[in-house]
Amino acid sequence: MANLKTAEKKTKAQSMGMHTEVLTGKTQQKFFNPDEAENFFYWGTHDVDFNKRTELDVKDLDCKQANEKIDILMSEGYGTIVIKNPQGKHSLGVGILNKLNLIFEGSLGYFGVGAIDGPIVTVKGRVGWSCAENMMAGKVVIEKNAGSCFGAAIRGGDLICKGSVGARTGIDQKGGSIIVGGDAGAFTGFMMQRGRIVILGDVGINLGDSMYDGTIYVGGKIGSFGSDAVESPITKSDIDWLTRKLKVAEIGSNVDLSKMTKVVAGKKLWNYDALEPTERKGAI
Amino acid sequence: MAKKKKNKKKSIKEVKGQLGKKKETAREKMIGQTIGYRYDVNLLPDYKKLTPFLKKYIEHMGWDDLNWLEDVHMGYEEDRPAVFDRNANGWVTIPKKIKLPDNQQDRDMIARELLVKFQMSPNHPLVDLKKAYLKF
Repeated sequence: MANLKTAEKKTKAQSMGMHTEVLTGKTQQKFFNPDEAENFFYWGTHDVDFNKRTELDVKDLDCKQANEKIDILMSEGYGTIVIKNPQGKHSLGVGILNKLNLIFEGSLGYFGVGAIDGPIVTVKGRVGWSCAENMMAGKVVIEKNAGSCFGAAIRGGDLICKGSVGARTGIDQKGGSIIVGGDAGAFTGFMMQRGRIVILGDVGINLGDSMYDGTIYVGGKIGSFGSDAVESPITKSDIDWLTRKLKVAEIGSNVDLSKMTKVVAGKKLWNYDALEPTERKGAI
Repeated sequence: MAKKKKNKKKSIKEVKGQLGKKKETAREKMIGQTIGYRYDVNLLPDYKKLTPFLKKYIEHMGWDDLNWLEDVHMGYEEDRPAVFDRNANGWVTIPKKIKLPDNQQDRDMIARELLVKFQMSPNHPLVDLKKAYLKF
């Protein structure tokens, strides 16, 4: 009986023994020191010079060797690196955390330029799945088409594809901008939480499915809206932003921006706060 | 004769949506920090308000605009202005001696500048982690 009485006071999750931690909130609060010196690169990365240029032929290298070679070149101060013969190799140019002008003269395979934080990348061919996944900052320009999950979970920066992209573009996007000159596949902006996606062409079915926040702009036809994705009126600040970003992307100069469709979250899925942690687990 | 009490109107300015000044929700009070998406995450930066440091940073990186910093805003942590550092996954509190302007656009620019300085600092918490776990 005593146990029952105690259990009554507890929440459902606690009585199930699945929730014992105390929600104190503050986790890693830090205090900024205003006397920090001006510095434009992370500790352990390289301060390179854009005017120092070199070429790297990766025809006979595997992806690990090629990425190590890029790192060595950056440590020598090379700020412009041209990669010859990438030949669709996977995971090339990943984890670059400093400024760099990286040019691929060819196509990339899966997970190209993932987890980058700062560089300006140009791919003169196509890219496979999950290009620039987890990108933090910088600018990536794909001259031709891209595969599925383009910009998966990106957190910042500008990701541009001048051609068309596959399904689930910007899946789980948490920031930054994805700009597509052509068409996009199904589930574009699936579960996106923040940031902006611009599709100048048509998009497939279930656009913005289960999106939590963020904005999607579409220039062409929409296959169908996903769960909780709703149309919103386009404002002057939207047009100003689009004008500026498309100039950065160097595409869409002839597009009538006022006729674009703006899609946002209907916010009907914003109900996690009311849930117990165990229930939340199930909902996600 | 008793003096009539004058009902003076309180001259407290209500600043709608201004971070660090807005009234937090019960949920935010309970956990003691901003719930990130409660402010306008889609607020676009006013480029006229760029600080000299940010101009220099953009030029150094070779970008055309603020890039990832467009998504950075001034929030608050325990009633003090703070900026969220995604690398450390925590709030960086702005020191009291830095006087912040009332305009949200100006505050955001300061938040961006302070965040860049903090992230690039050798005192950043990730530096110790890198020293301990760096593999190559």
